[in-house]
Amino acid sequence: MAIETREFTLKTEPFMLNFGPVHPSTHGVYRMRTTLDGEVVLDIEPVFGYLHRGIEKLAEQRTFTGFIPLTDRLDYISSMSNNMAYCMAVEKLAGITVPERAEHIRVILAELQRIANHLIANGSFLNDCGAYFTPFLYMFREREKILDLFEMVSGQRLTYNFMRIGGVSQDFPEEFMPALRIFLNQMPRFIDEYDRLLKENEILLARSRGVGILTQKAAVNCSISGPVLRSTGYQWDLRRADPYSIYDRFEFDIPVGIQGDCYDRFRVRMEEMRQSLRIIEQAVKDLPQGAVRAEVPHLVRPPVGEAYSHIESPKGELGFYLVSDGSIAPYRCHVRPTSLINLTALREMVRGWKVADLILIFGSIDICLGEVDR
Amino acid sequence: MTLAISGKDIARQLEERFPGSVVESRQDCVVVNAGSLQAVAAFVKDTPELKCDYLNYVTAVDYFQYFEVVYQCTSIKHNHSLVIRVRCHDRDNPVIPSVVGLWQGADFQEREIYDLVGIRFEGHPNMKRIFLWEGFDGYPLRKDYL
Amino acid sequence: MEVDRPGNYIYPDIELDRAEGQVIEELKSSSQQVIPDPAEWLDEELNKNILLTTVDAVINWGRRSSLWTAICFPACCAFEFIAANGPRFDLSRFGMEILRASPRQADLMITAGTLTWKMAPNVRRIYNQMAEPKWVIAMGACAISGGIFRSSYSVVPGYNRIIPVDVYVPGCPPRPEALIHGVRMLQRKIAMRTNISLERLKK
Repeated sequence: MAIETREFTLKTEPFMLNFGPVHPSTHGVYRMRTTLDGEVVLDIEPVFGYLHRGIEKLAEQRTFTGFIPLTDRLDYISSMSNNMAYCMAVEKLAGITVPERAEHIRVILAELQRIANHLIANGSFLNDCGAYFTPFLYMFREREKILDLFEMVSGQRLTYNFMRIGGVSQDFPEEFMPALRIFLNQMPRFIDEYDRLLKENEILLARSRGVGILTQKAAVNCSISGPVLRSTGYQWDLRRADPYSIYDRFEFDIPVGIQGDCYDRFRVRMEEMRQSLRIIEQAVKDLPQGAVRAEVPHLVRPPVGEAYSHIESPKGELGFYLVSDGSIAPYRCHVRPTSLINLTALREMVRGWKVADLILIFGSIDICLGEVDR
Repeated sequence: MTLAISGKDIARQLEERFPGSVVESRQDCVVVNAGSLQAVAAFVKDTPELKCDYLNYVTAVDYFQYFEVVYQCTSIKHNHSLVIRVRCHDRDNPVIPSVVGLWQGADFQEREIYDLVGIRFEGHPNMKRIFLWEGFDGYPLRKDYL
Repeated sequence: MEVDRPGNYIYPDIELDRAEGQVIEELKSSSQQVIPDPAEWLDEELNKNILLTTVDAVINWGRRSSLWTAICFPACCAFEFIAANGPRFDLSRFGMEILRASPRQADLMITAGTLTWKMAPNVRRIYNQMAEPKWVIAMGACAISGGIFRSSYSVVPGYNRIIPVDVYVPGCPPRPEALIHGVRMLQRKIAMRTNISLERLKK
């Protein structure tokens, strides 16, 4: 490859640079072997597996209920969503109906989890942009409030193990609802503060507008889901397209992007936080009394068969495919890994951009290595 | 609400177009044989009434006599979904044609199936292990591993 | 939509993978025993005089009050470590705010996450790149013994198969307060170190 500069031509050669598994900007142990020509990225080869813990094989050695803590560790930033997807898959397989109060509790916790996840996603994205730690720490301050709420409910800050097959494990304590009310009153002001600081920020616009554009056709072909798909313009949200639990009773909008670049993904996540607050308000208003768990035996034995059920987790479509042969352990449990499939499009998105943009585009997809490698 | 297309309706359409491709048809899925998988997949993806252009997932299960690879695809325009299965009875050297040319989302998922179950996908541009290291002995998700 | 072959790589990727796989297999077969924890601080030093103990105390105070961490964040415990660095549980009041990427400038490695055999050579390499004196805190159940994933085919049962560990912090994940307690225990361990000994000075 030759570059013409006035009198003489400069002959360059591509070389390989290894973005190793231990790197300050990659979100976890993710490795890329990049082929670079100077600063321009020609090709990347992702290498996975540094966190492959064999969760699918461990599922065959645990009971259906005993597998729930392992699902927490899949996408460890949004554990409530993983629990919910798995419990829904088992309930579909075994034909269990979940009581009303448990459904409302699940929706409230799932939407709180969505806000917590998007706070980290946007915080790390801004970290990669160069706003070294300031928005990240602001968003962590809000996330600590949500983690306090989760700790009141389940006793844990990160991997909750809260949902059970047939409902949730216990009811809200008395101090939860007042604390949630305080949070719901304060949070819109904080999201407005982020918008004031960041929406028209010149540096953010210059670094992320038009960078890493993903076309609609490529997104659908690569099975992308979640905010990345919605930023290209498709209004495909599983809470609307294939409503699960009680989402068909709530009113909320689905934010979509225009071009499919990094800035659109950032804005989609910000707006989704606002819509999640709307859903939580509606769910809290209609919260009925009743049982929080269906009458399910401790050792659940679903009938022989298969089931696949998916939810709109904060990162995309998270699904569990379960095969049961009538015993107390799953015969096969497969996790549809949102983050791994969202990475399929990374190669097309980064070709031709520079190294700094590569890190930014990778950060805007928002992956979690626990889900990629399982 | 995403409508799940009945396997029997699809089986009828497939038998007309590609006779001999359908092995079994149930309410929730249709089982085709491996040789006609690519033709069936192209039909399902391109026909305007079906237009299943979004592949949800690809996974493989080890029943002791055979391996079964399960595909689920959805149509964003019509909002319906379909499940296709393929069986492979060879345990020593299982080979199934790859659908990466049609749905690029199957890229990493087929590599994962090769890595953990051992089924090779013919036509995949980069068929090598993805999670475990080269030199790992065996295929962990098979039922006879350890 | 045509998928182009990734064979345009200028390097032979299969050869690289095979070489790395061989390194992993060799490390796996040589790590069947647990590396014993460093325990020199348990020995009693009988011949100390006041000058050297004061110098020791000053050196140890300097070392323990400004521990710099090397990055090794595989999994979930990483988020509790980041929260410990965050505004609420502030680790920088203990002198540990520096989180540089370079292991050569670090003297503490907090291993936050499950270790797999594929990752083990890289962790060993980072540990080797750190300069003496260096310490390791094993954070979380997965780091101590493999945790909830112990019976898996690809998980190392504890970091002490690969590197020697000084402090173990249990929990899954341990709360930031527990991590701070572990850091304080390490600081007390460092305070008991003997840096200067008369035998070496006399030589």
